[in-house]
Amino acid sequence: MSVESELKNAAAERIEVDGISKSFTTKHRVVLALDRVSLKVSEGEFVCLVGPSGCGKSTLLNIIAGLEHPDAGRVSANGIPVSEPGRDRMVMFQEHALFPWLDVMHNVLFGLKLKPGLTNKERREVAEYYLQLVGLEKFHHANVHELSGGMKQRVALARALAPNPRVLLMDEPFASLDALTREQLYGDMQEIWQARRKTIIFVTHNVREAACLGDRVVLFSPNPGRIRKEFSINLPRPRDINSVELAHYSSEITASLKGFTAAQGQEASE
Amino acid sequence: MKRALTSIVFFGILIGIWEFAARSGKFSQVMFPPPSNVAEYIWQAVEDGSLASATFVTLKRLLVGYSVGLLLGIPLGLFTAKFKIFQDTIGVLALGMQALPSVCWVPLALGWFGQTEMAMLFVVVMGTLWSVIIATSDGVRSMPPIYLRAAKTMGSSGLHTWGYVILPASLPYLVGGMKQGWAFAWRSLMAAEIFVVILTGFGLGQLLQYGRDLHAMDQVMAVMIVLIVIGLLTDKLLFAPWERFLHRRWGTGNLK
Repeated sequence: MSVESELKNAAAERIEVDGISKSFTTKHRVVLALDRVSLKVSEGEFVCLVGPSGCGKSTLLNIIAGLEHPDAGRVSANGIPVSEPGRDRMVMFQEHALFPWLDVMHNVLFGLKLKPGLTNKERREVAEYYLQLVGLEKFHHANVHELSGGMKQRVALARALAPNPRVLLMDEPFASLDALTREQLYGDMQEIWQARRKTIIFVTHNVREAACLGDRVVLFSPNPGRIRKEFSINLPRPRDINSVELAHYSSEITASLKGFTAAQGQEASE
Repeated sequence: MKRALTSIVFFGILIGIWEFAARSGKFSQVMFPPPSNVAEYIWQAVEDGSLASATFVTLKRLLVGYSVGLLLGIPLGLFTAKFKIFQDTIGVLALGMQALPSVCWVPLALGWFGQTEMAMLFVVVMGTLWSVIIATSDGVRSMPPIYLRAAKTMGSSGLHTWGYVILPASLPYLVGGMKQGWAFAWRSLMAAEIFVVILTGFGLGQLLQYGRDLHAMDQVMAVMIVLIVIGLLTDKLLFAPWERFLHRRWGTGNLK
């Protein structure tokens, strides 16, 4: 395999979630994190899962990643059932999860080294390409602790993109960053998505972030975790998080979020 | 450069005071010899080869025992972290044994193996093994689980995960444990060598004890200095590179 063919976009994958349920047992009770959740994400689609804490959106992402197993229901990627992590579905976590014993370059190489069919020189070139894509070509030899929060997440993004997955699963990747850094990453994220054309499932509790990035925003409600509503965001890209059109969408989404948390409060008091 | 100079001046003054005090006539020069006598002994022991051969015997015992301790201790530590059955058996045993000063093994080792290399090996291994087991298993268990999840999604599993994720992630603990194991092994070996004559080799501890028997305190002090130098050198050669690596990668060790 050559570097050129390795860097070619892998065909994006279709993800189908069918009737997934998952419960957790805590000390005092059983929490139904996901209750018969179904979701279809088409090839190359950018879908944002939004909802308050505890609505099971991260759990769903982990199940799609193959890191957790559902109690009932199934997940398939391009029609093939998902049962364990696979190189076609890479994950980016809220914490950068970079390995402190490796420098930036070797963090990006970690997944590539596990990918067969490439020479070491080719792996290096691929890693260099992705580090350049996230704007860190000058930081190959930097140590993880020397980077800012935003730079760490950029390395994590490069590391997730490097094995050329078909799906990118992102679990609140920008939640711990400051607002300015985040806004810059929204722009970069849109560019990279348009360049690499992955299917992206993006978990967040930030409504504006979801409206800015997603083709579609899927709303979750907690106890039990269910999908309540979906919004299609029909705005041209690149989108500016501060634009009026986007504010219109996010206020609409926020209103329905408030609507069903209020309804839930009523149920609880009855 | 300035810091090196500070150290040199400090030790120069220290040796000067020692020389002056020893030659002042207030103390017996046999019991409190001046540094010049100690240096003379060292020079002579280097020339007749007795110092080199004793150093060689001691270092060989230490390195062999220490390597055996690491080769046993690191895998056992990994097993202890991974399997409940090891945790409840080897883990508990290690915790108890580590509380026992390893010099306490000397009488038993001599009883079992006689005045032989095997006895020395046993004592050094007992000094190293337990703290390495504990440090390794503590290191593994304090690793953030997110590393494992990230590695899994990138296709790492089984031995690859152990070798390329779990072991390097526990390095800060492991190096600490290796240092502690070295210190225990070194101290117990010296105690053993001073304690008994080992018929299969004449080590530094015996050279020191021999000096006492001869009332040659310059010899005793000379061996002590050699022991200090060996301690400093192993720290610089064996552990300092690892610690520099850890500090650089993890961003630790800088209090400024």
